[in-house]
Amino acid sequence: MEVAMDDQLQSAATAMHERFGAEIHRYADDTSLIAAHDRNVELLTALRDEFRFEMLVAVTAVDYWPQVTPRFHVLYILYSMQHNSTLLVRIPLDGNMPHLRTVEGVYPSANWYEREVYDMFGVTFVGHSDLRRILMPKDWQGHPLRKDYPLGYEEVSFTFNYDEIDLRKPLAKE
Amino acid sequence: MGIEQKTGNLGVVTTTLQNVVNWSRTNSMWPMLFGLACCAIEMMGAQASNYDMSRFGMELMRPSPRQSDLMIVAGRVSRKMAPVLRQLYDQMPDPKWVIAMGDCASCSGIFNNYAVVQGVDEIVPVDVYIAGCPPRPEGLIHGIITLHEKVKQENLKKWK
Repeated sequence: MEVAMDDQLQSAATAMHERFGAEIHRYADDTSLIAAHDRNVELLTALRDEFRFEMLVAVTAVDYWPQVTPRFHVLYILYSMQHNSTLLVRIPLDGNMPHLRTVEGVYPSANWYEREVYDMFGVTFVGHSDLRRILMPKDWQGHPLRKDYPLGYEEVSFTFNYDEIDLRKPLAKE
Repeated sequence: MGIEQKTGNLGVVTTTLQNVVNWSRTNSMWPMLFGLACCAIEMMGAQASNYDMSRFGMELMRPSPRQSDLMIVAGRVSRKMAPVLRQLYDQMPDPKWVIAMGDCASCSGIFNNYAVVQGVDEIVPVDVYIAGCPPRPEGLIHGIITLHEKVKQENLKKWK
């Protein structure tokens, strides 16, 4: 059974809709706001200061390739300790090399989350203090969680193609 | 007249240097303590009292590559871990051997993706592969005995 939004969540969502033009979506008891990319810092600042979403639970992203407008959604998951409520903020981003302003100034914990999103999806966070790869080796090429990234570098070998694959295998020297 | 007649029953045994050295190498193999994933649990099981790997002269797992001569790669090796593994191998003094324990170390097993090395033989030369996901302690012990057989066959001229 669907649970209705509580007052605090309702007022936060409505205020964000009026002030920033954010769309409100409800799905499976989760409330999400779809907001424009150019005012993400102001929106999160308002949610933190006025509606007590003190905690940034995660920053992640979704790749909708081959769709390009928008190709990515960057997702902030916010939690309010005081009201025990969760709010999702989604920011759609166009193009293959998207940019977004960092929210490190609002939530310091966004530092590593944004590095992870940069590493895995190639979203550049403008103004980030230390935008390096966090999971993959630093000389890695590409962004592995993009839909157009190849899954593996070695074909699955069976008896009929084993010899062919074995020829290409880079074996270690003594 | 051989030395056997000269020495009588003084308890002297004659053999070749090759046999003696190879035998001594097999019975004092010190593996490196290097667990990467769930295979390490089976490796610990192989050393504990139930299976007791020290029956075969390998009770000492060395935490330092400088003191070990057998590397048991127990688990999947990620691309980021690969340079570390190779460095540890390079730090081991000769003679040294490598066992790829389990499917992941042998051929990456179920992990056919960008992040995992497709078989540890891309990084270090492997002597024995052990199948299983993970192999049971008996499997590991069998792999080590197989390695012992291999070491006993090594030629004097190819020693390092």
